[in-house]
Amino acid sequence: MKLISCEGVTIGYDGQRAVNKVSFDLEQGDYLCIVGENGSGKSTLVKGLLGLIKPQEGSITFNGIAPNEIGYLPQQTVIQRDFPASVGEVVISGCLNRRGLLPFYSRAEKDRAADKMKQLNITDIQKKSYRDLSGGQQQRVLLARALCATEKLLLLDEPVSGLDPVMTADLYQLVARLNQTQGITVLMVSHDLESAIKYGNKILHMKTETAFFGSTADYLKTEMCQRMMGAKI
Amino acid sequence: MIELLTELLSYTFVVRALIVGVLVSLCAALLGVSLVLKRYSMIGDGLSHVGFGALALAMALNLSPLEVAIPVVAVAAFVLLRISENSRIKGDAAIALISSSSLAIGVIIISYTSGMNTDTCNYMFGSILAMSKSDVILSVAVSIVVIVLYVLFYNKIFAVTFDENFTRATGTNASRYNTLIALLTAMTIVVGMRMMGALLISSLIIFPALTSMRLFKTFKQVVISSAILSVICFVAGIVLSFIFSFPTGASVVVINLLMFGIFSAIGLLKKKY
Repeated sequence: MKLISCEGVTIGYDGQRAVNKVSFDLEQGDYLCIVGENGSGKSTLVKGLLGLIKPQEGSITFNGIAPNEIGYLPQQTVIQRDFPASVGEVVISGCLNRRGLLPFYSRAEKDRAADKMKQLNITDIQKKSYRDLSGGQQQRVLLARALCATEKLLLLDEPVSGLDPVMTADLYQLVARLNQTQGITVLMVSHDLESAIKYGNKILHMKTETAFFGSTADYLKTEMCQRMMGAKI
Repeated sequence: MIELLTELLSYTFVVRALIVGVLVSLCAALLGVSLVLKRYSMIGDGLSHVGFGALALAMALNLSPLEVAIPVVAVAAFVLLRISENSRIKGDAAIALISSSSLAIGVIIISYTSGMNTDTCNYMFGSILAMSKSDVILSVAVSIVVIVLYVLFYNKIFAVTFDENFTRATGTNASRYNTLIALLTAMTIVVGMRMMGALLISSLIIFPALTSMRLFKTFKQVVISSAILSVICFVAGIVLSFIFSFPTGASVVVINLLMFGIFSAIGLLKKKY
């Protein structure tokens, strides 16, 4: 089943096209990696998917998922690094989209947050302050918050930037496990081509336009991929 | 001590100042946590200067000061917020521009109508005598509205403060809550300005939050501690100003500064040992 279909999506700022006529489909259970260099329009496309910017042309269709049911793991902001909030407070704020206008969290939402924290192994640090955590732990907390907001789709924007290799591997495995065991569809924006190939079943390579979209196996055969991988080694 | 307090409370103007002051301190402290964390501290400062201009205008037109100032400052809050959200214009520069302009216009209006006198000084630096009975009633009403709305929207205000993009992406209208924060701030500033002074009111917003963040590490703790600290500092400031005949606003700020020093020191010690 197609969760999201993008057709000819064009998004621009100030007359410049950051994303030009990009089309792709996201099927349920996919692990799609969006790769490309800086300035290739990856982050802009993500903002378009989340409804933070409106596309100028083309359409984004959601199927079986409401646009506000995307579990989003954003890049960290400067504000957050020094933010006085406990892990518990951050995680439960992911349940906000279930509340509507009702002011306080119910028992069900508190249980949901507790459950997600347990799943990601951060229950014992729930009283700790977010700003005192390591980068890897902070990402786990934000991942737990994203899981509170969604049952179906995780959208991760450069989740491993700033993490050391051990934490990076740890986070990748965690996401892969969520994808395989719980059937959560994953859409990951990444710099890290090797991991994208290792974990993703589909690749979208962006150069403002769609440079490649298809299965990882097909991507490996392209000259573009071989050149990029060659450059890395 | 008890004698001093009974003497203090025997003056109607002190009682009025205490009622309004405690409520305004409470509101300012609550909102301050979000404003400081969102890097909006300068908006408070800018709004108070706009408030000064509005008060001057109200005086020149012989209108009730609060009734003119609240809508004017609310509009300014809305505009300043838009400016800060638009990253292409440098937000801090725009705020400085608006705040000094409204101060200048206010001063010109005042000097043209009543001339620069004690009134001007009172608006700039606050006066405990400023509150009339109708002012007190309006101030109490506004403060209660601010506190009730803050409590009702507490979880949303937290989410919008911590991560605006995530909140927006998961379907909460973040702009609406930003506007709410700005409007509540505008109301608090206008109500508190006459007592604290246009130049000093923003300290009521910034200090308690910053002080609490030295020691406390969760959002709820910081909010509660700010509220308590703010009220304590205000009452201590009034007492200080009464004993030594210091200006009220300045005394409150100095006590806040003292608290900030103490909390920072404890914070540093805690980190070391």
